[in-house]
Amino acid sequence: MNPTPAVRKERSMELQKAMMGEHFKNLARAKDLGKKVVYTFVPGNLNELIWTFGMLPVHPEVNALQIGLRKKSGDYILEAEKHGHSEDVCAYVKCDLGMLKRGNIGPTGEKLPEPDLLLLSYTGCFTFMKWFELLREEYRCPIVMLHVPYQGDGRITPDMTAYVARQISEKVLPLMEKISGRAYDPDALREHLASSARAERDLVAVWESARNRPSPIDAYFGGVYYVGPVFSAFRGLPACEVFYETLRQEVEERVRNHEGPITPEGPLKEERFRLIVEGPPCWPNFRDLWKMFYEEGAVAVSSSYTKVGGLYDAGFRHDPDRPLESLADYCMGCYTNLNLPSRIQYLERCLREYDADGFLINSIKSCNSFSAGQLLILQELEKRTGKPGGFIESDLVDPRYFSAANIKNRLESYFQMIKAKRSA
Amino acid sequence: MDCYLGIDLGSTTTKAVYLDEHERPLGRGITNSRCNYALACEIAGDEAGINSRFMLLRRRIEEEDGARDGLAELMKWLACSFTFAQYVDQLAALEEICLEEVERWNDAFERDLYAKTLASLFERMRSEAEEMFRPGLAARSDFFRDIVANQYLDHAERLAKDGAVSFDRLTAIYDRAILRVEGKNFATAYAKHLDLACERAVWRGGFEPLGETLRRAVDYAIGVAFNVRNTIGTGYGRQTLPIPKPQIRSEILCHGLGAHFMFPNTRTVLDIGGQDTKAIQVDAKGIAVNFQMNDRCAAGCGRYLGYIADEMNMGVHELGPLAMKARKAVRINSTCTVFAGAELRERLALGEKREEILAGLHRAIILRAMSLLARSGGVHDEFTFTGGVAKNAAAVTALKRLISENYGDRMINISPDSIYTGAVGAALFARRDREAI
Repeated sequence: MNPTPAVRKERSMELQKAMMGEHFKNLARAKDLGKKVVYTFVPGNLNELIWTFGMLPVHPEVNALQIGLRKKSGDYILEAEKHGHSEDVCAYVKCDLGMLKRGNIGPTGEKLPEPDLLLLSYTGCFTFMKWFELLREEYRCPIVMLHVPYQGDGRITPDMTAYVARQISEKVLPLMEKISGRAYDPDALREHLASSARAERDLVAVWESARNRPSPIDAYFGGVYYVGPVFSAFRGLPACEVFYETLRQEVEERVRNHEGPITPEGPLKEERFRLIVEGPPCWPNFRDLWKMFYEEGAVAVSSSYTKVGGLYDAGFRHDPDRPLESLADYCMGCYTNLNLPSRIQYLERCLREYDADGFLINSIKSCNSFSAGQLLILQELEKRTGKPGGFIESDLVDPRYFSAANIKNRLESYFQMIKAKRSA
Repeated sequence: MDCYLGIDLGSTTTKAVYLDEHERPLGRGITNSRCNYALACEIAGDEAGINSRFMLLRRRIEEEDGARDGLAELMKWLACSFTFAQYVDQLAALEEICLEEVERWNDAFERDLYAKTLASLFERMRSEAEEMFRPGLAARSDFFRDIVANQYLDHAERLAKDGAVSFDRLTAIYDRAILRVEGKNFATAYAKHLDLACERAVWRGGFEPLGETLRRAVDYAIGVAFNVRNTIGTGYGRQTLPIPKPQIRSEILCHGLGAHFMFPNTRTVLDIGGQDTKAIQVDAKGIAVNFQMNDRCAAGCGRYLGYIADEMNMGVHELGPLAMKARKAVRINSTCTVFAGAELRERLALGEKREEILAGLHRAIILRAMSLLARSGGVHDEFTFTGGVAKNAAAVTALKRLISENYGDRMINISPDSIYTGAVGAALFARRDREAI
């Protein structure tokens, strides 16, 4: 059997790997280092604040997806089901709980520390609340929850910002002071936020590079690597800035050389289809799914999943001059907190700006936050842009929900449909 | 003669269609896909070639003799005589293989006993065959396996009655042999079979006055060489087709284009095949613009009906007609094949009528298809229903009712040749791609 080909490693990839490695090492030694640990979710996370108090963040859904990528999630899910969780429960939750039951060994093989605080800073995903409720039962640690208003009217009003900022100020800061034993330092927070904004600027340049033909990036399969540092533990740290500067330079170099994105089998030779992709990938079959795209010359020129931790390309930046307010806006601004018309508007903009051939949904069985209303989005986008929509179904980390033959069949049909439409 | 070949390698059957230079259908062929895929393609392709020769033969007679009364009848005689000639050869092959199976046995007494029994069994089958292939007799199936199985098992049961031979052993011999017969391609002997068919049609059908015209037409049809300029493959097993990737097309596109070819005003297509259901929206040129299909689970597809037929100890073709006799439909909640089996047995135990349960099962299938149709963008005028399940009257009735309830008046098209829709689409792509080259 041929071994799975390795992804061509660019310097940014090496940097990210080193950052992740060090972070998980620090987490494993957290107690020895005297560091407090905060569990929090990616969407709307308050990383800058966690760093301000010198604590270490853990993102359970990042662990779950990393474990999925390493094809270990199936076992953990079965473990969680053994403890009474049904097949329909969010697979991230079950993967995390299964991992916990098996000794809490993280994706890098090192033990994850227990949390000193559970910080729930985005409540648009109802499952997050239930997830932390379960973790609280396990760890018996303090929990703080921000109530984050939904963007039901398609915008964030000053009242909404003030409402969330007040919760941060009145609930989160005092508790973090108590747990970390440090006083809140607004200047330190401002520095972290300024650093975040610089990294975000470079990330947006990377996203916008996909306007080129060929696109130098795949904004979905490559994109999930690109968002790694900014969505997870590193936003607000100098290492994160270095990562995005490096990545941006690499991408700009590829634009100069008219190179396509790098796939696990080398640079893509011919860009045949430019797509906007909606929904998370199925992590245990990430490579299989990617292959189905690059084998057909299909490139994602933008994707909504890579915006769950912030719509920087729509203009959002962390702002040192409005520290708590910009954190509040960040909590409310993640993609799944947008109402359907806003999601449609955003995707329509992507379709037009990136001159895409079509729009493809990977609908996730166990994620209602993403999946509810997706067919409406698809139909509305088709109506507005005349671009064909495609639809596949799988799951986050539950390998039982990935049917390779069925998905390949649908994707091939979709690509051929675009081609037939083009030549009609 | 230049022509274009479309092959639809389905999960249950393989279909092939020939089109001529002007996109006119020449012929089509079908075989079951239980044998290997490459062979199924070859057989379906050859059958389509034979069918095309029939078409050319008929055209030649019309040119020479005018479209006269009785031509349709003559063609029927010719077709059933051709099938008869083929059947006789297939039967001989089956007998030979059955005897080979017995020859391997160690016990000389048994070997002898069963060889004699088989000889008698096949003699009886041969003597009956002549009467089985006459115009107007509804064919139970298009496939040798289905026709011969009935005949063989009937006689085996009778011969086993006195206890000298075992019915089970005769069945086991058949089960092993039939697979090997299906692995042979009888279509290649078309010239011999057409010759025999010509003779039988003239003498048995009473067409002596047309004898010479027919002979000339048959000779012409046998002599035609088909120059297949391009082939496109599609269907469930398309990746296994022995043709290069650019010549493979998704069944979504092929069904869309095929349905549009059969009914040019088609805008929505529903295809219910062996193990998938597809809802397709097409544009004015028949190009798919949107589609939805069932995900990992094949509940509610053709195989579901096959399973139900087995559960009820019926042929799959008999389900629809029985369901049509129902005065009401029992509510069936599950389209999961396995659960439906349980529900079916429970309903039978409760004393519900078979036809009413079946009506409920057909409705359950169609409800699932309705959901896919809705997700693909609804039902637009005109609506074309394709796939093996489109032949099932009960499914069609349920579909018509639900479309009317949900979408109002819609023109609903069902072609008697709907099983060939995907292959027709593939052949059209073959013709058009060739044009592009």
